Amino acid sequence: MKTPSPDEINKIELDLLLEAVYKGYGFDFRNYSKAHILRRLTYFQNVNGLQSFSQVQDLILHNKSKMKELLGELSIKVTEMFRDPAFYLTLRKRVIPLLKTYPFPKIWIAGCSTGEEVYSMAILLREEGLLKRTQIFATDFNEKAIEKAKKGVYSIDKIKHYTVNYQKAGGKNSFSDYYRVIDNRVEIDPGLRQNVQFALHNLVSDAKFETVNMISCRNVLIYFNKELQDRVINLFTDSLINGGYLVLGMKESLLFSSKSGLYKTIDNDRKIFQKKLLGEK
Amino acid sequence: MARYKLVVIGASAGGLTAIEKLLAPLPKDFGLPIVIVQHISPDSENYMVTLLNNNLALRVKEADEKEVVKPGTVYIAPPNFHVFIEEDLSITLSVEERVNFSRPSIDVLFETAAISIGNQVVGIVLTGGNQDGAMGLKMIKDRGGLTIVQSAEEAQVAIMPSIAIKTSHPDYVLTLSQISDLLLRVAGDFNPM
Ligand SMILES: C[S@@+](CC[C@H](N)C(=O)[O-])C[C@H]1O[C@@H](n2cnc3c(N)ncnc32)[C@H](O)[C@@H]1O
Repeated sequence: MKTPSPDEINKIELDLLLEAVYKGYGFDFRNYSKAHILRRLTYFQNVNGLQSFSQVQDLILHNKSKMKELLGELSIKVTEMFRDPAFYLTLRKRVIPLLKTYPFPKIWIAGCSTGEEVYSMAILLREEGLLKRTQIFATDFNEKAIEKAKKGVYSIDKIKHYTVNYQKAGGKNSFSDYYRVIDNRVEIDPGLRQNVQFALHNLVSDAKFETVNMISCRNVLIYFNKELQDRVINLFTDSLINGGYLVLGMKESLLFSSKSGLYKTIDNDRKIFQKKLLGEK
Repeated sequence: MARYKLVVIGASAGGLTAIEKLLAPLPKDFGLPIVIVQHISPDSENYMVTLLNNNLALRVKEADEKEVVKPGTVYIAPPNFHVFIEEDLSITLSVEERVNFSRPSIDVLFETAAISIGNQVVGIVLTGGNQDGAMGLKMIKDRGGLTIVQSAEEAQVAIMPSIAIKTSHPDYVLTLSQISDLLLRVAGDFNPM
């Protein structure tokens, strides 16, 4: 009988743990970045005083609240309003004018985290006179994040930074028009979410959400391996009308997608792509 | 087969000069990929890439998402992203929280390198005025990698090397030119003592 090396044992334990998370709770992390998953799991293991991933598996299978904790550990929710202002500026100039040509455009913001990106988009649409006739679907697989997104209440510390971002993004008004201060928090103008539908949706395992004119999925794909990036881009391709826009995070691309030929690049630095029209070269 | 697959370097205040000095003696066909986190302001252009490219024999570029690192090439962490090393020597970039007030953080680079390729990584901490890198270097050490710290006497800012030495008890504490020599030996498949 052979003896598994410590490395082999680790790998087996990791695979079994991810399998358990998937079979037990339906969350499929098997094709996420291994470095990301291992780093977070190692941290979770240490914080809980456990000796191995097998022990982590035992814990989360029998203890749902621990599973929730682990889920929080594995999902990176970091976000901000008007992240990468240059991206929003380009969106305003190059994409919004075309979205305006549709009577009722639909936008899907996938992996919207706690909502900052959604409200940024809504502000931009309002300033472009498009918000009232646009339907926004904002989804994430993290329940806590979606709950927070629906409330639209954020800490006041970040407002200075967001104000700068907003201005750099070509904001036409004063950023303070869009929130009011309550104690040391800000409440985003609830009018901005009138046409926003927040929903739980898992990009790995759930089916196509809606057919839309634009999809924004920013800083989500970086946590997936190449195969999973490809699968998710397929899902997006199925969800976009011909001529629809796909926008990604600054470090993301269509490089690993078998469907990249179906897109043309509107702005490579800002990661703005357009699904070609039928027959378009 | 060479024992090591990757060199990871962390530097902060005074780092640019130190990195240039450290890498200048390495030839174009140096046998290992090198990934560097140098603390920089989030909005800065990555001027380091241009500067090092002009002054080194090695090829220098910014680290790209999912790119597999190659020997003879230096990869610089982009401003505002953490760099993870995957088992297949590809790179994952992350926007998560700052670590040690830094993004990119040296600890994050070192930790993921340790987790993914353990005893096949060489970790180096250079000059700097904070504690980033110390824990990561310890992890590399714990997993059997080779750990090196610039001597605190030589470092332009001694704090980071000093903390790294105290925390990780590295295999070597050396001057920059000694580290260059060691790297040449390590890449040439020489077993360090
Ligand atoms: C770093 S945040 C990006 C937030 C925002 N898009 C931005 O760019 O600021 C990544 C988000 O992706 C979500 N996410 C990760 N895996 C997911 C999946 N399988 N399905 C849906 N959302 C996912 C996380 O919960 C997290 O909110």
